[in-house]
Amino acid sequence: MRRFEPLIERALLACALLSIGTTAGIIIVLAVETIAFLREVPVVDFLFGTEWTPLFATPRFGVLPLVVGTILVSAIALVVALPTGLLSAIYLSEYADPRLRRIVKPVLEILAGVPTVVYGYFALLFVTPLLQRIIPGLAGFNALGPGIVMGIMILPLVSSLAEDAMQAVPRGLREGSYALGATRMQTSIRVVVPAAFSGITAACILAASRAIGETMIVAIAAGQQPRLTWNPLVPIETMTAYIVQVSLGDTPQGTLEYRTIFAVGMLLFLGTFLLNLASAWLRARFREEYT
Amino acid sequence: MKASPPYAAVRHLLDRAFQVLALVVLCLALAALAVLIIDVWRDGASRLSWTFLTSYPSRRAADAGIWHALTGSIFVILVTALLAVPIGAAAAIYLEEYGGRSLAARVVEINIANLAAVPSIIYGLLGLGLFVRALQMGRSVLAGASTLALLVLPVIILATREALRAVPPSIREGSYALGATKWQTVWYQVLPVALPGILTGTILALSRAIGETAPLITIGALTFVAFAPDGLWSPFTVLPIQIFNWVSRPQPEFQVNAGAAIVVLLVLLLAMNATAIWLRDRYQKKLS
Repeated sequence: MRRFEPLIERALLACALLSIGTTAGIIIVLAVETIAFLREVPVVDFLFGTEWTPLFATPRFGVLPLVVGTILVSAIALVVALPTGLLSAIYLSEYADPRLRRIVKPVLEILAGVPTVVYGYFALLFVTPLLQRIIPGLAGFNALGPGIVMGIMILPLVSSLAEDAMQAVPRGLREGSYALGATRMQTSIRVVVPAAFSGITAACILAASRAIGETMIVAIAAGQQPRLTWNPLVPIETMTAYIVQVSLGDTPQGTLEYRTIFAVGMLLFLGTFLLNLASAWLRARFREEYT
Repeated sequence: MKASPPYAAVRHLLDRAFQVLALVVLCLALAALAVLIIDVWRDGASRLSWTFLTSYPSRRAADAGIWHALTGSIFVILVTALLAVPIGAAAAIYLEEYGGRSLAARVVEINIANLAAVPSIIYGLLGLGLFVRALQMGRSVLAGASTLALLVLPVIILATREALRAVPPSIREGSYALGATKWQTVWYQVLPVALPGILTGTILALSRAIGETAPLITIGALTFVAFAPDGLWSPFTVLPIQIFNWVSRPQPEFQVNAGAAIVVLLVLLLAMNATAIWLRDRYQKKLS
């Protein structure tokens, strides 16, 4: 039996190393196709071009319309999710009865667990028609509806991570504030939130990363028209929606069109990777402050 | 002592107003969930029937069903579980019981945290480049399940580690004291105690995977498959892709189908989550 012990440990280590292999796999697959893509399209044209028409007879590969579309929808989502998520977190952490918390937190978890394709359905067939009654010029596909729904989707993430950060603030700080006569609101806003600031910022950054990488809501409800605009009322296309659009067609391997989705994917990966890194760094710093 | 200055009254009024505002916002978030469920139910409930569950897709919305997509989803998730659970558990056991503070363990740990936050569509591109093209699996159940397995692996590893951490050290020490080896301790003592916790985390991870659409579209799972998958190499579709396909069509009848399919998907998710919670509760009672 004892002879097998080192063997078993090796096998277990191999499984753990598979996760490194996954990261390496992602980088290699994206890099190989992206390099092949950039051999045909100059990197300056790709990054700073203002027209994205890879499926046209005279294709242009300027990724800016997709990037702007992605930022636009994500920004709308964050405008919805950050204030509401943070207020919910303050309420749950500083005001709510433990009994209420026990009921609300699982419900928020359900909200986070709803498949994104369902949110896409909701954005296209419920939220956008509702908005069209208020905003007459709103197109059937637009950035506003999916942005709002995406905000609802990432709200639980913001709320639960921010609440965790606030819960980690030592009780003594709150008690000191109350002893000086502060109300709960003053304690929350002037003591707890600043003390948990790096943790809360980490939550917001992670939410931004989630919004940028979100696919189905925008693929269903935002339209598939790459256009360089900050107008939230017209159809646009995000980076993720473009990858879906091409994947739905039967694109032969090795064509320039096939490679575009990897080049766009690389940009998406790098963007979210930097945000995730920043978030992880802030969380580690926050942990140091209070342990 | 004089009556408190008006400033204090203003402060308390502000405090009340803030509390009410926060509570209203929280209720709005919960209301959004209610509206979503009511909306889907109102759209789709009329279409739900046994024939809808057991019919194949059709060009005519009234004849179309979800049998191919439902069986596809269940089949793909079972293969995903077979691939991801043993590997994820083994990786977690290494990190928790063997690795300790070694450099390899720390690098793997940081890497897993990072992988958990990579957008799911990137996993789809990985699956397309690696499984579908390089390993020549084609657009098969196996390629889809392998892609989803990589996607849920970080979540399963994190959940398993937590379950292992909850096992009291005294159990390990008792086992060592009787002369058991490390692996005997892990296999015969630690794992049985941690099993319910591991199962709970695994089911939650798989319920996330069953709702995934983007990675499977990217690897080329077909949107129109007229049969149930009959093997690992069979082409397939899944419920979320069928929903996407129906919701993208302009005809309202197909969108009704999408609503009905969403109800089925949500029921499936609810069943998985309920099982996970039931396991967690049983487990907690046993330990205390």
